[in-house]
Amino acid sequence: MNVRVYDLAHARAGDKGNTSNISVICYDARHWDFLERELTPDRVADAFKHIAKGPIKRHPLRNLKAFNFVIENALGGGVTVSLAQDIHGKSLSNVMLAIELPDPEAARK
Amino acid sequence: MKSRETIRVGAGAGTSDDRMVPALELAERGDIDYLVFECLAERTVSRENLARSKDPELGYSPSLHARLRMVLPTCIAKGIRIVSNMGAANPLGGARAARKEAADLGLGDVAVAVVLGDDVSSIVKHRGELTLIENGEPLESILPKMISANAYLGADVVCEALNTGAPIVLSGRVADPSLFLAPMMHEFGWTYEDLPKIAQGTAAGHLLECTASVTGGCFGWPGKKEVPDLARNGFPFADVKADGSVVIGKTPDTGGRLDVMTCTEQLIYEIHDPTAYITPDCVLDISGIALSQDTADRVRVAGAKARPATETYKVNVGYADGFIGEGEVSYGGIDAVARAKWAAQIVKERLKLQGFVYDDFRVDLIGMSSLHDQVDIRPEPYEVRLRMAGRTRNRKAAHAIGFEVRAMHMHGPGGAGGACEPRVRDVLAVKSVLLPKNLVNAQVVVEGSL
Repeated sequence: MNVRVYDLAHARAGDKGNTSNISVICYDARHWDFLERELTPDRVADAFKHIAKGPIKRHPLRNLKAFNFVIENALGGGVTVSLAQDIHGKSLSNVMLAIELPDPEAARK
Repeated sequence: MKSRETIRVGAGAGTSDDRMVPALELAERGDIDYLVFECLAERTVSRENLARSKDPELGYSPSLHARLRMVLPTCIAKGIRIVSNMGAANPLGGARAARKEAADLGLGDVAVAVVLGDDVSSIVKHRGELTLIENGEPLESILPKMISANAYLGADVVCEALNTGAPIVLSGRVADPSLFLAPMMHEFGWTYEDLPKIAQGTAAGHLLECTASVTGGCFGWPGKKEVPDLARNGFPFADVKADGSVVIGKTPDTGGRLDVMTCTEQLIYEIHDPTAYITPDCVLDISGIALSQDTADRVRVAGAKARPATETYKVNVGYADGFIGEGEVSYGGIDAVARAKWAAQIVKERLKLQGFVYDDFRVDLIGMSSLHDQVDIRPEPYEVRLRMAGRTRNRKAAHAIGFEVRAMHMHGPGGAGGACEPRVRDVLAVKSVLLPKNLVNAQVVVEGSL
């Protein structure tokens, strides 16, 4: 069975220009290594392919039990010109949380 | 007990639309020394520049009146000093408005120290060769449409304003964390050479700059991340010591929660490279920060590092970039989605028949694809709201979108309801350049007597 990012971590999205940054923060530090292995920039890019052109960079923040994903070309040109309703992309953290990761062991936590 | 060994810096606003009452609660019950109102989003200064072009006394944040009227009696009585960027595009006009509010409240002659120099439009208009960060084009590509150019000033000039002793400090564009760092530099005599302290103060400012984001706002999730009494959530403050130690707290007897989880979300918020968060005051590295629960609703922040500031200020250049028009109408029940999609096709065809063209165009089915775009596997909802939006240089073309969407009531598929009035708004786009700091003349002027 799969585990969702939602099951292991919380997240928040922020905006600067046309770039979205989404934090992924483990509830339990023991899941950090699993997320480092499975929540790769490629997997995130696949989940965001309808929304963002990329590139996507992942910054590890082990001290904070977290990762910071920086997703470029994600906000329809940026808050000042975007035609979207959610011009800041505040809701994009929920795309991250819905990503499913294949690992039965982590799901058992 | 507080002494000048420790100061308490409170966050009274994190945007011009922020909630009002928590700032008053903080002033009344938070035992704070400083109350910081951060009220400028990326394009706010451009918008206020347009306001000033119509009336030279305007151009400061319109929320200045209500915010100061609310907190000034308490702040003056308790000696709480106010620091704010509500001066926006007209800090001197804002200072006159603030002094009038104080006088009208019977508080007498309240001096305001005004930070000037962030408006660099007269400097950059001769420097069309500067490179736009966003697309690598030269600045001259947008100069003809420029409305405003404002440098993100740092804590040094805000500190200088605090040194005057004025109860209120008012600025235009200043980097958000710098507004909070300035009182610490003022009280403790920190300079930009004291990098570990500047780092801690900048981290504290970053944690405070979105107010309720560390006290349970933009956080809760039923059954997963509970937030007690969110309706009465309080605003945060930082207790800062001269040695740079920082503890974040919140107004007593308010709702919400303040813990390592809420602080971690805000710490990473709007940061790109965590080892190089560039402010006018330093290059902050948050990667080594440790957050720990001190006591209930108090979180200790330790381990922030920084490198010296860069030689440039980031300058936001606002410019007019056409219009956005939009319209909405709803469909419900059997085949709701199919009727909404058909309506979208009809509107597009009618706009084309009238010869209108758009630089960008978007169709949303609210309830289905408006936030995260179209994914085929999602089930169809019972009802959807069709939203169409386009950007164009032609105001008539922008208006036509909402006009034609509204016309779906009478001229579209069956059973359309609840269309909104056609909406058109001016696009104030923002791009940025880096400007050498030595070209910028940041300075302080005092309005009123000290």
